[in-house]
Amino acid sequence: MPELELMIMIALMVAILVPTAAMLVWFERRLLGFFQQRYGPNRVGYFGILQSLADLIKILFKHDWIPPFADRPVFVLAPLIGAMAILMSFAVVPMAPRLVVSDSNIGLLFFLAMTSMAVYSVVLAGWASNNKYAVLGGMRAAAQTISYEVFMGVSLLGVVILSGSFRLSDIVLAQQDMWFVFPQFIGFVVFMIAGVAESHRLPFDLPEAETELTAGFHTEYSGIKFALFFLGEYLGMMLISMMITTLFLGGWMGPWLPPFVWFVLKTMSLICFFILLRAALPRPRFDQLLEFGWKWMLPLALLNLVGTAVVKLWGDF
Amino acid sequence: MAETMAQPSNPDLLAEIKACFADAVINEEQTADEILTIWVTAQDLKPLCKVLRSKLSQPFDFLFDLTAIDETTRQHKVIPHRRDFTVVYLLRSYARNQDLRIKVALSADAKEVASVTSIWPNANWYEREVWDLFGIKFTDHPCLRRIMMPTTWQGHPLCKTHPARATEMGEYSLSDDTRDLEQEALKFNPAEWGLKPQGNPEEFMWLNLGPNHPSVHGVFRIMLQLDGEEIVQAIPDIGYHHRGAEKMAERQSWHSYIPYTDRIDYLGGVMNNLPYLMAVEKMAGIVVPERVKVIRVMMCEMFRILSHLLFYGTFAQDIGSLSPIFYMFVDREKLFGIVEAITGARMHPAWFRIGGLAADLPKGWDKMVTEWLDYMPARMADYDQMVMQNSLIKKRAVGIGAYDTATAIDWGVTGPGLRATGFDWDLRKKRPYSGYENFDFEVPLGTRGDSYDRCAVRVEEIRQSMRIIRQCVQNMPEGPYKADHVLTTPPPKDRTMQDIDTLIPHFLGVSWGPVIPAGEAMMEVEATKGSNAYYLTSDASTMSYRTRIRTPSFPHLQMIPVMAKGQMIADLIATIGSIDFVMADVDR
Repeated sequence: MPELELMIMIALMVAILVPTAAMLVWFERRLLGFFQQRYGPNRVGYFGILQSLADLIKILFKHDWIPPFADRPVFVLAPLIGAMAILMSFAVVPMAPRLVVSDSNIGLLFFLAMTSMAVYSVVLAGWASNNKYAVLGGMRAAAQTISYEVFMGVSLLGVVILSGSFRLSDIVLAQQDMWFVFPQFIGFVVFMIAGVAESHRLPFDLPEAETELTAGFHTEYSGIKFALFFLGEYLGMMLISMMITTLFLGGWMGPWLPPFVWFVLKTMSLICFFILLRAALPRPRFDQLLEFGWKWMLPLALLNLVGTAVVKLWGDF
Repeated sequence: MAETMAQPSNPDLLAEIKACFADAVINEEQTADEILTIWVTAQDLKPLCKVLRSKLSQPFDFLFDLTAIDETTRQHKVIPHRRDFTVVYLLRSYARNQDLRIKVALSADAKEVASVTSIWPNANWYEREVWDLFGIKFTDHPCLRRIMMPTTWQGHPLCKTHPARATEMGEYSLSDDTRDLEQEALKFNPAEWGLKPQGNPEEFMWLNLGPNHPSVHGVFRIMLQLDGEEIVQAIPDIGYHHRGAEKMAERQSWHSYIPYTDRIDYLGGVMNNLPYLMAVEKMAGIVVPERVKVIRVMMCEMFRILSHLLFYGTFAQDIGSLSPIFYMFVDREKLFGIVEAITGARMHPAWFRIGGLAADLPKGWDKMVTEWLDYMPARMADYDQMVMQNSLIKKRAVGIGAYDTATAIDWGVTGPGLRATGFDWDLRKKRPYSGYENFDFEVPLGTRGDSYDRCAVRVEEIRQSMRIIRQCVQNMPEGPYKADHVLTTPPPKDRTMQDIDTLIPHFLGVSWGPVIPAGEAMMEVEATKGSNAYYLTSDASTMSYRTRIRTPSFPHLQMIPVMAKGQMIADLIATIGSIDFVMADVDR
């Protein structure tokens, strides 16, 4: 019964991903604490490991409040869209041979489509909140995502050319001789930057820039709806790390250890790197961010695409 | 102190003013602080100010302070030209390095004087404050509305008729109707602020930044008219942190007011005590021993470092760099440990006393301080890499919120904000107080006057302060930590039990508090954020008759509209971050 198997697989994924994202919150806070010469949450359970659980309990018991001036249905829907879109993307990520919900032949396109969906969450939340800070945050998110999406897609085409497939497991297998991070280094860097921007993390956290827009698009959100945004952000960070692993770092492949362990190790190192980025970098201004995207990243990605295509054609002759 | 000031003599200045402005009646008054003080009539004020600002060879370009005194309950020191209210203008000429105090007497039935905002733009808020707290009207003021008190407030609290204690007032209650009314009064109506509508209203958005916002460092409100994210107009609104510190001073003994001063610039700690005590000591004629001076300098410089480090971290944080503030808090924590070992308290030690200090330095203090001084330079080098040389921070701060020296003086900017424009004026060098003339240090200057330079100047000041502290450690003089003077509080006690002439003043000084001779004095220090001055008036009583606190942050905020025009919101945040203010210092 393939349907049942699929259902179990999906349930398993959700059951693993959501708590992992919650644990990631704790992990990030501890790691930031380590980077910043302080402790971070260390009181609930060993090393504060139950902090996320405590936070979750608190958040569940919070008054589920919708501001009277908000656009109710959209206000409720917005955080759901975000978390759902990101969760859906995980369906195409192969974590080990055959450990994937749907090894679709358009996996990469599906991932790009879903991350584009996620921006609706932010824009709608900003709009439905009927709050000026939220609107500014939503506007920033829209502009940022539109600009960064363009070269995010372009940066991946080099990988597609080299592997000749949109299927993620094919892409992993194509890296048997060499990880794509070497021939596609520019693509790797550009995609990584775009990935951080997509998940709205420092230095690209402009839609929620705390010091400027209080909390940006989620200013009016509290309780479980706020938690969904948070979940979405951390799932997004996981997703981007997994995608980089899959596309550029040889996915599950590696000697001695089982494939899944390799996959987790690579993903975790990337997550640590993202957290380090947050601890290390300040935030550029909005126009500087867009300028950087259009004037540097996009030409770089295009150049990479053309270069890869030329090399590939040359080799085929 | 007076000897070290390289000032031209007051009689010369008076003669020069009289020569330039022959038809005015000018009366001179002697004050303890030796600032030339003249009385003029309300009609003569504005013409005289114009002369002082533009006709004099070295003009009075800086309106240092503008305040008022309610004279109605005066007991001592009768001056013939004094009336019910006095408006006091303190002017400074940077070129002369000289001050001038102008007093205008007003009777209670004609509380009106011409506004000087057209001569010194920074008079705007000062005049609003005087209107708010004393009910003195300034004719031709662009927008004379309350600034400290809510618009719904009745009366003028710094008038002597207004009660100062809660027990003198009726019970307070807030009914729902009143609450709604107060809420309604906070709504922003551009027309009430004397603003002309700019452009089509549908193309702009008014954004209420504050009073609660992560980047306004306290309770500070800025109304922003936005075109997208670009700022068309910015209107700062203060008064949310007003505690009536000046009114409280009229109900506290000279001694028991010291802890209140700590909380004016709450990051400045004992630095706030110093100008207040210097003014009291000036009036009382107390000369403090050398050891006291050096310890005071050392503690003040420690607090300068503490304040600047917090500035440094929050500035980086406002730009989005999360980590530096945590590192700097570690350093501050270590330094607070030293402050605690010396004074017994951390942020608000209230440790200086009239004529001395609360206690002598503890054993082993020098070792602690030296250890910290040895530890810190490596950290500062790290921060240079992390913040000052970070290209993203440079992109966000260089050229942002820039102003030139003339603008800075027009708006009353002092301290690092002034020195960032390249103007070499540090009170510690120009008019050394508390023995600063004996220390070897440099005054860091900027060149562009932008956010980046304001930060760079402060970073260098941290290093210079460390130099000063090291000199304090190496050259700490021996001697008493209290002046041997009858008004020193608490008085030296060693002879009280042997000698009735010492016992009686000691008993009075401790029970009533010292009685400071009638007079007035303004004393100023180069505080963490700029020029902080206390202008005290004594009516030969145990309490101050009028305490005026001139704080640096107040005029700095007034300048925000000039800096904000055409900026993006993110630039405004970087600019505000670079000003370094605390709201307690603004509202008092």
